[in-house]
Amino acid sequence: MTDQSKPAIQFENVSRHFGAVKAVDHADIEIHDGEFFSLLGPSGSGKTTCLRMIAGFDKPTEGRIYLYGQDVSDLPPFERNVNTVFQDYALFPHMNVGDNIAYGLMVKGVSKPERLKRVDEILDLVQLKGYGDRKPSQLSGGQRQRVALARALINHPKVLLLDEPLGALDLKLRQQMQVELKAIQQRVGITFIFVTHDQEEALTMSDRIALFNQGRIEQVGSPSEIYEHPASAFVAGFVGTSNLISGELAKRVSGKMGTFSIRPEKIHLGSVDVNVSPDSYSADGVVRDVIYLGLYTRYLVQLDGGGEVMVIEQNLKTTSMDVLKIKGQRARLHWKKEHTHEVGG
Amino acid sequence: MLIRVSTYLYQRPKLVLSLLLGPPLIYMVVVYLGSLFNLLVYSFYYLESFTGLIVREFTLSTYAQIFEPANRDIFIRTAGMAMAVTIADALIAFPLAYYIARFSSPRLKTWLIIAVTIPLWSSYLVRVYAWKLILAQEGILSWFIRLIRLDGVLEWLLSFESIGGSSLALSPIGMFIVFAYIWLPYMIIPIQTALERVPNSLLEASSDLGAKPLQTFRTVILPLSFPGVVAGSIFTFSLTLGDFIVPLALGNSKFFIGQAVYSYQGTAGNIPLAAAMTMGPVVIMIIYLLVARRLGAFDAL
Repeated sequence: MTDQSKPAIQFENVSRHFGAVKAVDHADIEIHDGEFFSLLGPSGSGKTTCLRMIAGFDKPTEGRIYLYGQDVSDLPPFERNVNTVFQDYALFPHMNVGDNIAYGLMVKGVSKPERLKRVDEILDLVQLKGYGDRKPSQLSGGQRQRVALARALINHPKVLLLDEPLGALDLKLRQQMQVELKAIQQRVGITFIFVTHDQEEALTMSDRIALFNQGRIEQVGSPSEIYEHPASAFVAGFVGTSNLISGELAKRVSGKMGTFSIRPEKIHLGSVDVNVSPDSYSADGVVRDVIYLGLYTRYLVQLDGGGEVMVIEQNLKTTSMDVLKIKGQRARLHWKKEHTHEVGG
Repeated sequence: MLIRVSTYLYQRPKLVLSLLLGPPLIYMVVVYLGSLFNLLVYSFYYLESFTGLIVREFTLSTYAQIFEPANRDIFIRTAGMAMAVTIADALIAFPLAYYIARFSSPRLKTWLIIAVTIPLWSSYLVRVYAWKLILAQEGILSWFIRLIRLDGVLEWLLSFESIGGSSLALSPIGMFIVFAYIWLPYMIIPIQTALERVPNSLLEASSDLGAKPLQTFRTVILPLSFPGVVAGSIFTFSLTLGDFIVPLALGNSKFFIGQAVYSYQGTAGNIPLAAAMTMGPVVIMIIYLLVARRLGAFDAL
């Protein structure tokens, strides 16, 4: 039935329409065995619908979904060897932590001693030893998160689906869980498919990312590919911040028509008499605003040819006194040609 | 002036609370608890059988009368009926409530809830007497049973001394049907509320973890909606326990508690015994409510 040499998940021209709304529109994805794969996009972009179709909560209107080569498009959730960590955790409130975690084993008829043994093992993995008798309502958000993870992992799923699992946690805990999730994934070696709208989270954890926009996949690639070589203006804008230059300005700077993106940290801010090397582009303007942020400073520069560009420079040697003096002065911006990416018409 | 009153009250939240809560609280204590207490006091008096006068002296002899076989049977009969009605209502209400809560569209849901509660708009007495006609020997139900050729079964059921009678309209079976009908909305609504509170993600999680639909029903839906069933049973059980109209309209010479209380305080003038018999359901319901609270039923109301 399933074949380990085949992709963990394969979407073949999958669409999901809700009436006139195309939640997912002709998606083709291939997720490899053992990968940490993120579905990234703004809310309503179709990433969660994709996840729900893999889980079996939703069926594609069109196209097929394969799990290790097996067509699962029409299988109910309880016949697919995938498990989900839900956004609201969906822990059973009437069962204690141990019974919650053992639920998947219980419904499959695994004996009680075996269940208890495996619950103990998995509680160890998620660092919740001794919490088996508590009720979910007695746990903190982070602990519930771990229980939800343990409840899914105990079944040794072929693929683990995570639907914005860190969304409800505060920043510190979220960053800690990101590292922990990644470590657990490497330890158990299961394919993780992670839905998030947080680009930083996706960049931190993923082997590869699929970026969704309005039901369509804009780009699939590793975090560095997506960041360094955005395939479209949407990607450039959604992942990190980007300056887009187009039209006359683009022609004057680069000599070519089109739309280009440049990351703000790639641009150098210098005085107007600085010489620009031939492998760089340059543009002059007035520093309209300076925002000092401790680690770095953000400059907004009004270019002479119209348009505004954001520049970020680290405060390696400068202090707030130094950078604030620059406001209102003329400056020359320059950046390496290779950091300029054409992102379409 | 108004501002000054407002400021004065704003600074004294306890005064505001007592002003708002005082009148209904006085009503509750004086009228409601007061009459209950009055009943309790009367249940410790007794009726002098020779003169027919109430003797205002403390005695337990009135309570002793309750345990005489005839009165004891009344309690057993009524509690048995209340239990049967509660179980039947739970079995009928659950699938209906489940459909309303989980499958009907928002529009249909509104109409179904209206349909469930619409009988409550008409007089309870009218509905009971309407049922008397339906259940009568020449009524539509008997006609229908003859039509589908089950009249033999009906006659066989009516031949049992404890539940039968000369016709459906004059038998405990008939009373059971009418009770189950009349209290059904009070069972459907709490179960539906409890079912609506079960988040969809829990059902998805159960299915995701490999549970087939029946397993999900048994291990997730039923335990989480059971408080709703208990909440509904509080209504069906207590309403059946105290009712005297249905036994009066459809019953025979075998009394139910409400009927007995009605006749003791009326023609017989035996208010102490009527009061003592009333205390029976009160005690039964207090125990029932304590158990129900332990089962989490009050969260589903």
